[in-house]
Amino acid sequence: MNRNLFALAPRRLVRTREIWLLAAIVVMIGVITLRAPSFAAPGNLLGIFNNTAILIILALGQMVVIITRSIDLSMASNLALSGMVVALINAAYPEIPVPLLMAMAAACGLALGALNGLLVWKLDIPAIVVTLGTLTIFRGTNFLIAGGQWVNADELSPDFIAMTRLDILGVPLLSWCAVLIAMAFFVLMTRTPLGRSIYAIGVNPTASVYAGINVGRTKFIAFCISGLVAGFSGYLWVSRYVIASVETANGYELSIIAACVIGGVSIAGGVGTVGSALLGALFLGVITSALPVINISPFWQMAISGAAIILAVILNARGERRQGRIILKRAETGA
Amino acid sequence: MNQMPQPTTRHIPDRLDNPLRSAIFSWQSLLLLVAIGIFTLNSFASPYFLSPWSLSDATFNFTEKALIALAMALLIISGEIDLSVAAIMALASTAMGFALQFGVDTPGLVAIGILVGVACGAFNGFLVTRLGLPSIVVTIGTMSLFRGISFIVLGDQAFKGYPQSFAFFGQGYVYWVVSFEFVLFLGAAAIYYVILHRTNFGRRIFAIGNNQVAAQFSGVRVGQIKFALFCLTGLMSGIAAVLLTSRLGSTRPSIAQGWELEVITMVVLGGVSILGGAGSITGVVIAAFIMGLVTFGLGLLNVPGIVMSIFIGALLILVIALPIVYRLVRQR
Repeated sequence: MNRNLFALAPRRLVRTREIWLLAAIVVMIGVITLRAPSFAAPGNLLGIFNNTAILIILALGQMVVIITRSIDLSMASNLALSGMVVALINAAYPEIPVPLLMAMAAACGLALGALNGLLVWKLDIPAIVVTLGTLTIFRGTNFLIAGGQWVNADELSPDFIAMTRLDILGVPLLSWCAVLIAMAFFVLMTRTPLGRSIYAIGVNPTASVYAGINVGRTKFIAFCISGLVAGFSGYLWVSRYVIASVETANGYELSIIAACVIGGVSIAGGVGTVGSALLGALFLGVITSALPVINISPFWQMAISGAAIILAVILNARGERRQGRIILKRAETGA
Repeated sequence: MNQMPQPTTRHIPDRLDNPLRSAIFSWQSLLLLVAIGIFTLNSFASPYFLSPWSLSDATFNFTEKALIALAMALLIISGEIDLSVAAIMALASTAMGFALQFGVDTPGLVAIGILVGVACGAFNGFLVTRLGLPSIVVTIGTMSLFRGISFIVLGDQAFKGYPQSFAFFGQGYVYWVVSFEFVLFLGAAAIYYVILHRTNFGRRIFAIGNNQVAAQFSGVRVGQIKFALFCLTGLMSGIAAVLLTSRLGSTRPSIAQGWELEVITMVVLGGVSILGGAGSITGVVIAAFIMGLVTFGLGLLNVPGIVMSIFIGALLILVIALPIVYRLVRQR
């Protein structure tokens, strides 16, 4: 595959950024280990990864959308709705096998993502407006289909709950999901024409049109991808936390975007890799896990991640040195 | 929506639209129609709707958000956005509660709330204009930071025991059923209308939103104006924090959670282009009333708040999609 110049330059920048972020995470783990020696134990690190797995999966989906100069604010609501759908199905028909439910959750998420994508593609409404609207619509629908009720642990089938905890080579299935999905995204973004198109329309939509890329359709696919992973994460979330409610993952959409931003995915589009989303999510995950270990009240977590986001943006901007691009600038209208 | 990018070749009309005709078919008229429709539906749906006290109560649930929406409209027209407004409210409210512990009285509390709001806005403005960072990311960060500080200060506690005189701002009435909040909102709307549509400053905001580089070359101080707009948004958030704290009589770190999205919905519903460069205060004010009426009307019908959000979300997408669909259909 041709490595076009326009895509290479920003990616090289990201690569050095990823190394810095990785170093920051390692240093952070090191410092915490000084105070709590058990923190760096393999078992604990695996636990942190497992706790962060869902955030990683979601951040990967969000990354694809952000690279196309869009944003998906509805991911957390999509997750909650898809999770609620499969939880209700499971509660009503416990005999349906769990893998089928996983597929249902993913399909439900895909459909919701496609709705976002269609509105962005066919009606040309800015993504931030569309997903702001669907964010509330999905969450409200969640309330309607569940009648405001929770689906609790005793209503879910044991298989449903056990699936994410299934031990494969000493690692829970939840972590494997994150690893496999990250690998799939890596292949998608670096080894397929679709991945190239996604970068291309983010770097320069006008040039992409002339290169024969259908900008609107590519954005549509990006939203389908983010919807798909959000829906699948819906199952993972309910299985992991053993509850489906209207409040599931409320406000989580901003954590997802924060993970991307910390990783160095540029909100202006065109910049970001699988590694950046992965490391950004892990950075947040390590902070979350570290606070109780070093005896800092969990109430500090929000402020610390806020400060981390701001710092990350400042550092990224220094590396980027791009000029004159206005945020929320109008997306190019593709053929 | 006329500010949407047009993929087809530019069409130059032979003559300008008749002002009356364009006024009738404008965004504001569409909104006004929606508002009147909702008002009528509400009056039929619930016998309790058309009483002065009901209508007065209806204003409470949107005036605080609408106050912020006024400033947010200017900010979005200039091409920026502030997602941290609700977090600013939380921090301002926490600061007021904190000062209360040291026996600060009502005037001091109000001053502290407003000052903290302005300071937070200035911090956002500094990061965006001085360091040249994208506002959507900066304010996602400060949103966590500001509310995070509230959580650090308060944890799972709450500040209570605000003085009696402080209650006036959120609960007081100026005359009969006309609340202080409502009067404040109308006054602020008038001021913002003048700022945006009748001053140089307002023209410059539109100029920046339409073409920042061109505005810069025309001698518009883009950085200064954007900084001022962030401060203004902070100021309105501070004022909203005073009102809400006074209305609730307590401060929790989760105060006004999720309001940023409702405020932005209000602004976008009001016809302000999320891409910047277009919008009007009249539209935002009507949109505020629409959202207030929908919420209140459905509330009278015992529709839960979360279901109302479906209506608001659908309204947001529909109102923006309909003109586009209409245009597409007509092009066929």
